[in-house]
Amino acid sequence: MKNLISMRDLTKEEILYLMEVAVKIENGEIMPDMQRKLAALLFFEPSTRTMFSFDTAMKRMNGDTIIMSGTGNTSTKKGETFADTLQTIAQYTDLIIMRSPTEGSARFAAEVVDIPVVNAGDGANQHPTQALLDLYSIIKTQGTLENLKIGMAGDLKFGRTVHSLTQAMALFGAEFKFFSPGFLSMPQNIKDFLDDKGIIFKECDENMDKIDDLDILYVTRIQKERFASPEDYEKVKGSYILTRDMLNKVKNNMKVMHPLPRVDEIHIDVDDTKYAYYFPQAKNGVYMRQAIISTLLGGV
Amino acid sequence: MGKKAINPIKNGTVIDHIPAGKAKNVWEMLNLPSSEEKMFLGKNLRSKKLGKKDMLMFENLELSLKQLNVIALIASSATISIIKNGEITSKDQVTLPELVEKVITCPNPKCITNEEGVVTKFDVEENGDVEVRCCYCEKKYSINNVEIKM
Repeated sequence: MKNLISMRDLTKEEILYLMEVAVKIENGEIMPDMQRKLAALLFFEPSTRTMFSFDTAMKRMNGDTIIMSGTGNTSTKKGETFADTLQTIAQYTDLIIMRSPTEGSARFAAEVVDIPVVNAGDGANQHPTQALLDLYSIIKTQGTLENLKIGMAGDLKFGRTVHSLTQAMALFGAEFKFFSPGFLSMPQNIKDFLDDKGIIFKECDENMDKIDDLDILYVTRIQKERFASPEDYEKVKGSYILTRDMLNKVKNNMKVMHPLPRVDEIHIDVDDTKYAYYFPQAKNGVYMRQAIISTLLGGV
Repeated sequence: MGKKAINPIKNGTVIDHIPAGKAKNVWEMLNLPSSEEKMFLGKNLRSKKLGKKDMLMFENLELSLKQLNVIALIASSATISIIKNGEITSKDQVTLPELVEKVITCPNPKCITNEEGVVTKFDVEENGDVEVRCCYCEKKYSINNVEIKM
Protein backbone atom coordinates (compact mmCIF):
# COMPACT_ATOMS: atom_id res chain seq x y z
CA MET A 1 0.00 0.00 0.00
CA LYS A 2 1.68 3.23 -1.13
CA ASN A 3 -1.22 5.64 -0.61
CA LEU A 4 -4.71 5.51 0.87
CA ILE A 5 -7.04 7.23 -1.55
CA SER A 6 -10.22 5.19 -1.88
CA MET A 7 -11.84 2.11 -0.36
CA ARG A 8 -12.18 0.89 -3.93
CA ASP A 9 -8.41 0.35 -4.04
CA LEU A 10 -8.25 -1.92 -1.00
CA THR A 11 -8.52 -5.68 -1.02
CA LYS A 12 -10.20 -7.60 1.77
CA GLU A 13 -6.74 -8.78 2.86
CA GLU A 14 -5.39 -5.23 3.08
CA ILE A 15 -8.40 -4.17 5.14
CA LEU A 16 -7.93 -7.07 7.54
CA TYR A 17 -4.20 -6.34 7.79
CA LEU A 18 -4.94 -2.75 8.88
CA MET A 19 -7.42 -4.09 11.47
CA GLU A 20 -4.71 -6.37 12.81
CA VAL A 21 -2.18 -3.53 13.09
CA ALA A 22 -4.75 -1.28 14.80
CA VAL A 23 -5.64 -3.90 17.40
CA LYS A 24 -1.96 -4.52 18.16
CA ILE A 25 -1.38 -0.79 18.61
CA GLU A 26 -4.44 -0.51 20.87
CA ASN A 27 -3.34 -3.47 22.98
CA GLY A 28 0.20 -2.14 23.26
CA GLU A 29 1.67 -5.15 21.46
CA ILE A 30 3.41 -2.86 19.02
CA MET A 31 4.28 0.83 19.19
CA PRO A 32 5.34 2.13 15.80
CA ASP A 33 7.98 4.82 16.10
CA MET A 34 7.46 7.85 13.90
CA GLN A 35 10.23 9.91 15.50
CA ARG A 36 11.76 12.29 12.94
CA LYS A 37 8.76 11.77 10.68
CA LEU A 38 6.72 14.79 9.68
CA ALA A 39 3.19 14.70 8.26
CA ALA A 40 1.60 17.64 6.44
CA LEU A 41 -2.07 18.00 7.34
CA LEU A 42 -3.54 19.93 4.43
CA PHE A 43 -7.14 20.72 5.22
CA PHE A 44 -8.58 22.86 2.45
CA GLU A 45 -12.02 22.39 3.99
CA PRO A 46 -13.03 22.88 7.63
CA SER A 47 -12.56 19.89 9.92
CA THR A 48 -11.91 19.56 13.59
CA ARG A 49 -12.19 15.94 14.63
CA THR A 50 -10.63 14.31 11.57
CA MET A 51 -7.71 16.74 11.69
CA PHE A 52 -7.24 16.32 15.45
CA SER A 53 -7.53 12.56 15.11
CA PHE A 54 -4.67 12.46 12.57
CA ASP A 55 -2.65 14.95 14.60
CA THR A 56 -3.13 12.82 17.72
CA ALA A 57 -2.28 9.61 15.86
CA MET A 58 0.99 11.07 14.58
CA LYS A 59 1.99 12.56 17.93
CA ARG A 60 1.16 9.39 19.88
CA MET A 61 3.84 7.70 17.76
CA ASN A 62 6.40 10.45 18.48
CA GLY A 63 5.91 11.92 15.03
CA ASP A 64 5.20 15.54 14.25
CA THR A 65 2.84 17.49 12.01
CA ILE A 66 2.61 20.77 10.15
CA ILE A 67 -0.90 22.01 9.58
CA MET A 68 -2.44 24.06 6.82
CA SER A 69 -6.10 24.78 7.39
CA GLY A 70 -8.31 26.64 4.91
CA THR A 71 -6.94 28.25 1.76
CA GLY A 72 -6.18 31.71 3.15
CA ASN A 73 -2.57 31.01 3.99
CA THR A 74 -1.63 29.12 0.85
CA SER A 75 0.02 30.26 -2.31
CA THR A 76 -3.01 29.23 -4.36
CA LYS A 77 -4.37 32.73 -3.84
CA LYS A 78 -1.18 34.06 -5.40
CA GLY A 79 -1.89 31.98 -8.48
CA GLU A 80 0.26 28.95 -7.69
CA THR A 81 -1.10 25.72 -9.10
CA PHE A 82 -2.30 23.00 -6.76
CA ALA A 83 0.35 20.68 -8.19
CA ASP A 84 3.14 23.14 -7.33
CA THR A 85 1.81 23.62 -3.79
CA LEU A 86 1.81 19.87 -3.28
CA GLN A 87 5.25 19.32 -4.73
CA THR A 88 6.72 22.03 -2.54
CA ILE A 89 5.15 20.62 0.63
CA ALA A 90 6.38 17.16 -0.32
CA GLN A 91 9.96 18.48 -0.16
CA TYR A 92 9.51 19.24 3.55
CA THR A 93 7.52 16.28 4.78
CA ASP A 94 7.24 12.48 4.78
CA LEU A 95 3.47 12.15 4.35
CA ILE A 96 0.58 14.27 3.06
CA ILE A 97 -2.82 13.91 4.71
CA MET A 98 -5.33 15.91 2.77
CA ARG A 99 -8.96 17.04 2.85
CA SER A 100 -10.45 19.03 0.01
CA PRO A 101 -13.92 19.85 -1.33
CA THR A 102 -12.61 18.95 -4.81
CA GLU A 103 -13.41 15.37 -5.75
CA GLY A 104 -10.43 13.35 -6.95
CA SER A 105 -7.92 15.81 -5.47
CA ALA A 106 -6.23 13.17 -3.29
CA ARG A 107 -5.81 10.84 -6.29
CA PHE A 108 -4.26 13.71 -8.22
CA ALA A 109 -1.97 14.55 -5.29
CA ALA A 110 -0.75 10.95 -5.15
CA GLU A 111 0.19 11.19 -8.84
CA VAL A 112 2.06 14.45 -8.39
CA VAL A 113 4.18 13.78 -5.29
CA ASP A 114 6.52 10.91 -4.48
CA ILE A 115 5.63 10.63 -0.79
CA PRO A 116 2.53 8.76 0.46
CA VAL A 117 -0.84 10.55 0.41
CA VAL A 118 -3.82 9.84 2.65
CA ASN A 119 -7.25 11.02 1.59
CA ALA A 120 -8.97 12.60 4.59
CA GLY A 121 -12.09 13.33 2.54
CA ASP A 122 -12.50 14.63 -1.03
CA GLY A 123 -15.86 16.33 -1.44
CA ALA A 124 -18.74 13.89 -1.63
CA ASN A 125 -16.45 11.16 -2.97
CA GLN A 126 -14.40 9.18 -0.44
CA HIS A 127 -13.39 9.27 3.21
CA PRO A 128 -11.52 5.97 3.50
CA THR A 129 -10.01 6.47 6.95
CA GLN A 130 -13.52 7.00 8.37
CA ALA A 131 -14.68 3.80 6.67
CA LEU A 132 -11.71 1.91 8.09
CA LEU A 133 -12.24 3.18 11.63
CA ASP A 134 -15.90 2.23 11.28
CA LEU A 135 -14.88 -1.27 10.21
CA TYR A 136 -12.49 -1.43 13.14
CA SER A 137 -15.32 -0.42 15.48
CA ILE A 138 -17.56 -3.08 13.97
CA ILE A 139 -15.00 -5.87 14.28
CA LYS A 140 -14.21 -4.84 17.86
CA THR A 141 -17.85 -4.90 18.94
CA GLN A 142 -19.05 -7.86 16.87
CA GLY A 143 -15.92 -10.00 16.79
CA THR A 144 -16.24 -10.34 13.01
CA LEU A 145 -16.99 -8.39 9.87
CA GLU A 146 -18.67 -11.34 8.15
CA ASN A 147 -22.41 -11.64 7.47
CA LEU A 148 -23.64 -8.83 9.71
CA LYS A 149 -26.93 -6.95 9.49
CA ILE A 150 -26.24 -3.26 9.14
CA GLY A 151 -28.80 -0.46 9.32
CA MET A 152 -27.91 2.95 7.92
CA ALA A 153 -30.00 5.99 8.69
CA GLY A 154 -30.07 9.62 7.67
CA ASP A 155 -28.63 11.39 4.66
CA LEU A 156 -27.64 8.41 2.58
CA LYS A 157 -27.52 10.41 -0.63
CA PHE A 158 -24.75 12.90 0.11
CA GLY A 159 -22.98 11.15 2.98
CA ARG A 160 -19.64 9.89 1.66
CA THR A 161 -19.13 7.97 4.92
CA VAL A 162 -22.09 5.68 4.33
CA HIS A 163 -21.07 5.10 0.71
CA SER A 164 -17.54 4.02 1.60
CA LEU A 165 -18.73 1.89 4.50
CA THR A 166 -21.43 0.18 2.44
CA GLN A 167 -18.92 -0.72 -0.28
CA ALA A 168 -16.46 -2.01 2.30
CA MET A 169 -19.02 -4.09 4.25
CA ALA A 170 -20.26 -5.59 0.99
CA LEU A 171 -16.88 -7.34 0.73
CA PHE A 172 -17.82 -9.19 3.91
CA GLY A 173 -21.31 -10.29 2.89
CA ALA A 174 -23.30 -7.82 4.97
CA GLU A 175 -27.05 -7.35 4.66
CA PHE A 176 -28.36 -3.78 4.75
CA LYS A 177 -31.41 -1.77 5.74
CA PHE A 178 -31.45 1.85 4.62
CA PHE A 179 -33.57 4.35 6.55
CA SER A 180 -33.96 7.73 4.88
CA PRO A 181 -36.51 10.14 3.48
CA GLY A 182 -37.00 9.33 -0.23
CA PHE A 183 -35.06 12.29 -1.58
CA LEU A 184 -32.03 11.43 0.58
CA SER A 185 -31.99 7.74 -0.26
CA MET A 186 -28.92 5.70 -1.19
CA PRO A 187 -27.70 6.66 -4.68
CA GLN A 188 -28.47 4.33 -7.56
CA ASN A 189 -24.79 3.61 -8.27
CA ILE A 190 -24.33 2.20 -4.75
CA LYS A 191 -27.51 0.12 -5.08
CA ASP A 192 -26.29 -1.15 -8.47
CA PHE A 193 -22.97 -2.04 -6.84
CA LEU A 194 -24.81 -4.06 -4.17
CA ASP A 195 -26.98 -5.76 -6.79
CA ASP A 196 -23.87 -6.69 -8.79
CA LYS A 197 -22.34 -8.28 -5.69
CA GLY A 198 -25.58 -10.11 -4.85
CA ILE A 199 -25.90 -8.23 -1.54
CA ILE A 200 -29.35 -8.06 0.05
CA PHE A 201 -30.63 -4.61 0.99
CA LYS A 202 -33.96 -3.14 1.91
CA GLU A 203 -35.00 0.49 1.67
CA CYS A 204 -37.23 1.73 4.50
CA ASP A 205 -38.63 5.18 5.23
CA GLU A 206 -36.88 7.38 7.74
CA ASN A 207 -38.69 5.92 10.79
CA MET A 208 -36.19 3.69 12.52
CA ASP A 209 -38.83 1.20 13.67
CA LYS A 210 -37.40 -1.94 12.07
CA ILE A 211 -34.11 -2.17 13.89
CA ASP A 212 -34.63 -5.21 16.11
CA ASP A 213 -32.67 -7.63 13.91
CA LEU A 214 -29.67 -5.36 13.36
CA ASP A 215 -26.11 -5.83 14.60
CA ILE A 216 -25.13 -2.24 13.82
CA LEU A 217 -27.26 0.89 13.43
CA TYR A 218 -25.18 3.58 11.74
CA VAL A 219 -26.83 6.98 12.11
CA THR A 220 -25.78 10.09 10.20
CA ARG A 221 -26.77 13.71 10.42
CA ILE A 222 -29.40 15.21 8.14
CA GLN A 223 -28.43 18.67 7.00
CA LYS A 224 -31.13 21.31 7.04
CA GLU A 225 -29.90 22.87 3.78
CA ARG A 226 -30.75 19.68 1.86
CA PHE A 227 -34.49 20.32 2.34
CA ALA A 228 -36.71 22.36 0.04
CA SER A 229 -38.31 24.22 2.95
CA PRO A 230 -37.80 24.55 6.73
CA GLU A 231 -41.23 22.88 7.20
CA ASP A 232 -40.09 19.78 5.30
CA TYR A 233 -37.02 19.61 7.49
CA GLU A 234 -39.00 19.89 10.72
CA LYS A 235 -41.39 17.16 9.54
CA VAL A 236 -38.61 14.67 8.82
CA LYS A 237 -36.51 15.68 11.81
CA GLY A 238 -39.30 14.73 14.21
CA SER A 239 -39.52 11.18 12.91
CA TYR A 240 -35.79 10.78 12.73
CA ILE A 241 -34.59 10.80 16.30
CA LEU A 242 -33.30 7.62 17.90
CA THR A 243 -34.49 7.47 21.49
CA ARG A 244 -33.80 5.10 24.35
CA ASP A 245 -37.24 3.42 24.21
CA MET A 246 -36.69 2.47 20.55
CA LEU A 247 -33.90 0.18 21.75
CA ASN A 248 -36.13 -2.01 23.97
CA LYS A 249 -36.18 -4.99 21.62
CA VAL A 250 -32.86 -4.71 19.84
CA LYS A 251 -30.27 -7.48 19.86
CA ASN A 252 -27.97 -7.67 22.83
CA ASN A 253 -24.88 -7.14 20.70
CA MET A 254 -26.33 -4.22 18.73
CA LYS A 255 -24.28 -1.02 18.66
CA VAL A 256 -25.32 2.46 17.58
CA MET A 257 -22.58 4.21 15.62
CA HIS A 258 -22.33 7.78 14.30
CA PRO A 259 -19.45 9.53 12.49
CA LEU A 260 -20.13 12.69 14.58
CA PRO A 261 -20.86 15.54 14.92
CA ARG A 262 -24.32 14.65 16.18
CA VAL A 263 -27.07 17.25 16.10
CA ASP A 264 -30.22 15.71 17.52
CA GLU A 265 -30.70 12.49 15.53
CA ILE A 266 -29.59 10.45 18.55
CA HIS A 267 -31.25 11.61 21.75
CA ILE A 268 -28.81 12.07 24.62
CA ASP A 269 -30.80 9.52 26.64
CA VAL A 270 -29.21 6.84 24.39
CA ASP A 271 -25.72 7.86 25.49
CA ASP A 272 -25.64 5.85 28.72
CA THR A 273 -27.11 2.67 27.24
CA LYS A 274 -24.83 -0.25 26.40
CA TYR A 275 -25.75 0.25 22.75
CA ALA A 276 -24.16 3.69 22.36
CA TYR A 277 -20.77 3.37 20.72
CA TYR A 278 -20.15 6.71 18.96
CA PHE A 279 -17.56 8.10 21.37
CA PRO A 280 -15.45 4.89 21.56
CA GLN A 281 -15.80 4.87 17.76
CA ALA A 282 -14.05 8.27 17.63
CA LYS A 283 -11.26 6.90 19.83
CA ASN A 284 -10.89 3.91 17.52
CA GLY A 285 -10.17 6.45 14.80
CA VAL A 286 -6.84 7.30 16.41
CA TYR A 287 -5.73 3.63 16.54
CA MET A 288 -6.79 3.08 12.95
CA ARG A 289 -5.02 6.23 11.76
CA GLN A 290 -1.90 5.14 13.63
CA ALA A 291 -2.13 1.82 11.78
CA ILE A 292 -2.55 3.57 8.41
CA ILE A 293 0.28 6.07 8.94
CA SER A 294 2.73 3.48 10.24
CA THR A 295 1.88 1.07 7.41
CA LEU A 296 2.50 3.78 4.81
CA LEU A 297 5.70 5.05 6.45
CA GLY A 298 7.09 1.61 7.16
CA GLY A 299 7.12 1.79 10.92
CA VAL A 300 5.26 -1.45 11.65
CA MET B 1 -4.07 -8.27 -47.55
CA GLY B 2 -3.63 -6.61 -50.90
CA LYS B 3 -7.35 -6.92 -51.64
CA LYS B 4 -8.57 -4.35 -54.18
CA ALA B 5 -10.36 -1.55 -52.40
CA ILE B 6 -13.69 -0.42 -53.74
CA ASN B 7 -13.19 2.90 -52.06
CA PRO B 8 -13.04 6.23 -53.81
CA ILE B 9 -9.83 7.04 -51.96
CA LYS B 10 -6.34 5.94 -52.98
CA ASN B 11 -4.53 6.39 -49.69
CA GLY B 12 -6.07 6.88 -46.29
CA THR B 13 -8.33 5.37 -43.65
CA VAL B 14 -11.80 3.88 -43.86
CA ILE B 15 -13.94 3.49 -40.79
CA ASP B 16 -16.61 0.99 -41.76
CA HIS B 17 -19.43 -0.82 -39.97
CA ILE B 18 -20.39 2.17 -37.87
CA PRO B 19 -23.93 1.62 -36.53
CA ALA B 20 -26.40 3.57 -38.67
CA GLY B 21 -26.82 7.12 -37.46
CA LYS B 22 -23.53 7.20 -35.54
CA ALA B 23 -21.12 8.43 -38.23
CA LYS B 24 -21.63 12.06 -37.28
CA ASN B 25 -20.89 11.25 -33.62
CA VAL B 26 -17.71 9.39 -34.62
CA TRP B 27 -16.70 12.27 -36.88
CA GLU B 28 -17.22 14.80 -34.09
CA MET B 29 -15.38 12.58 -31.64
CA LEU B 30 -12.33 12.38 -33.89
CA ASN B 31 -12.05 16.18 -33.74
CA LEU B 32 -9.80 16.23 -36.79
CA PRO B 33 -8.09 19.43 -37.90
CA SER B 34 -9.65 21.08 -40.93
CA SER B 35 -8.20 19.74 -44.14
CA GLU B 36 -8.42 20.22 -47.91
CA GLU B 37 -8.31 16.43 -48.42
CA LYS B 38 -11.29 14.38 -49.58
CA MET B 39 -13.57 13.00 -46.91
CA PHE B 40 -16.69 10.86 -47.40
CA LEU B 41 -19.51 10.16 -45.02
CA GLY B 42 -21.90 7.37 -45.99
CA LYS B 43 -25.19 7.00 -44.17
CA ASN B 44 -27.65 4.12 -43.97
CA LEU B 45 -25.68 1.90 -46.32
CA ARG B 46 -26.66 -1.73 -46.72
CA SER B 47 -24.76 -4.13 -44.48
CA LYS B 48 -24.91 -7.92 -44.15
CA LYS B 49 -23.65 -7.68 -40.61
CA LEU B 50 -25.66 -4.74 -39.30
CA GLY B 51 -28.58 -4.38 -41.70
CA LYS B 52 -27.77 -0.70 -42.05
CA LYS B 53 -24.46 0.97 -41.44
CA ASP B 54 -22.58 4.24 -41.71
CA MET B 55 -19.07 4.70 -43.08
CA LEU B 56 -16.35 7.36 -43.00
CA MET B 57 -13.43 7.67 -45.43
CA PHE B 58 -10.47 10.00 -45.18
CA GLU B 59 -8.02 10.60 -48.01
CA ASN B 60 -4.34 10.89 -47.03
CA LEU B 61 -5.00 10.46 -43.38
CA GLU B 62 -3.67 7.45 -41.54
CA LEU B 63 -4.92 6.92 -38.02
CA SER B 64 -3.53 4.16 -35.84
CA LEU B 65 -5.74 1.40 -34.52
CA LYS B 66 -4.75 2.41 -30.97
CA GLN B 67 -6.02 5.93 -31.61
CA LEU B 68 -9.15 4.64 -33.21
CA ASN B 69 -9.99 2.09 -30.52
CA VAL B 70 -11.61 4.99 -28.71
CA ILE B 71 -14.30 4.80 -31.39
CA ALA B 72 -15.37 1.48 -29.83
CA LEU B 73 -16.84 3.51 -26.98
CA ILE B 74 -19.73 4.50 -29.26
CA ALA B 75 -19.32 2.13 -32.22
CA SER B 76 -18.01 -1.23 -31.08
CA SER B 77 -18.75 -2.88 -34.45
CA ALA B 78 -16.53 -0.43 -36.39
CA THR B 79 -13.69 -1.73 -38.56
CA ILE B 80 -10.63 0.25 -39.59
CA SER B 81 -9.06 -0.26 -43.00
CA ILE B 82 -5.86 1.37 -44.10
CA ILE B 83 -5.73 2.00 -47.85
CA LYS B 84 -2.43 2.34 -49.69
CA ASN B 85 -2.24 2.78 -53.46
CA GLY B 86 -5.86 1.78 -53.75
CA GLU B 87 -5.41 -1.47 -51.83
CA ILE B 88 -6.46 -2.43 -48.32
CA THR B 89 -3.24 -3.10 -46.41
CA SER B 90 -4.83 -3.78 -43.04
CA LYS B 91 -8.32 -4.27 -41.70
CA ASP B 92 -9.07 -4.54 -37.98
CA GLN B 93 -12.07 -4.33 -35.74
CA VAL B 94 -11.83 -1.74 -32.98
CA THR B 95 -11.61 -3.12 -29.45
CA LEU B 96 -12.92 -1.41 -26.36
CA PRO B 97 -9.99 0.09 -24.42
CA GLU B 98 -9.82 -0.53 -20.66
CA LEU B 99 -8.70 3.02 -20.01
CA VAL B 100 -9.23 6.18 -22.03
CA GLU B 101 -7.17 9.29 -21.45
CA LYS B 102 -7.78 12.90 -22.48
CA VAL B 103 -10.84 12.32 -24.65
CA ILE B 104 -13.74 12.39 -22.18
CA THR B 105 -14.74 15.46 -20.20
CA CYS B 106 -15.93 14.59 -16.69
CA PRO B 107 -19.49 15.88 -16.26
CA ASN B 108 -18.96 16.32 -12.50
CA PRO B 109 -18.31 20.05 -11.94
CA LYS B 110 -16.66 19.28 -8.60
CA CYS B 111 -14.11 16.91 -10.16
CA ILE B 112 -10.45 17.98 -10.02
CA THR B 113 -10.23 17.56 -13.79
CA ASN B 114 -12.60 20.50 -14.20
CA GLU B 115 -10.79 22.71 -11.72
CA GLU B 116 -7.07 22.22 -12.22
CA GLY B 117 -6.84 21.30 -15.88
CA VAL B 118 -5.85 17.76 -14.97
CA VAL B 119 -5.88 15.36 -17.94
CA THR B 120 -8.93 13.11 -17.64
CA LYS B 121 -8.72 9.33 -17.26
CA PHE B 122 -11.68 6.99 -17.38
CA ASP B 123 -11.93 3.28 -16.73
CA VAL B 124 -14.19 1.60 -19.25
CA GLU B 125 -16.69 -1.08 -18.22
CA GLU B 126 -19.09 -3.01 -20.37
CA ASN B 127 -22.21 -4.48 -18.81
CA GLY B 128 -24.48 -4.55 -21.83
CA ASP B 129 -24.01 -0.79 -22.17
CA VAL B 130 -20.65 0.91 -22.13
CA GLU B 131 -20.03 2.83 -18.90
CA VAL B 132 -17.05 4.92 -17.92
CA ARG B 133 -15.78 5.76 -14.46
CA CYS B 134 -13.68 8.85 -13.77
CA CYS B 135 -10.39 7.73 -12.20
CA TYR B 136 -10.36 10.87 -10.06
CA CYS B 137 -13.86 11.59 -8.72
CA GLU B 138 -14.93 7.93 -9.24
CA LYS B 139 -18.32 8.92 -10.69
CA LYS B 140 -19.69 6.47 -13.23
CA TYR B 141 -21.52 7.53 -16.40
CA SER B 142 -23.21 5.91 -19.35
CA ILE B 143 -21.18 6.61 -22.46
CA ASN B 144 -24.24 8.39 -23.88
CA ASN B 145 -24.04 11.00 -21.12
CA VAL B 146 -20.47 12.19 -21.61
CA GLU B 147 -18.76 14.42 -24.16
CA ILE B 148 -16.00 12.63 -26.08
CA LYS B 149 -13.45 14.47 -28.21
CA MET B 150 -10.08 13.20 -29.35
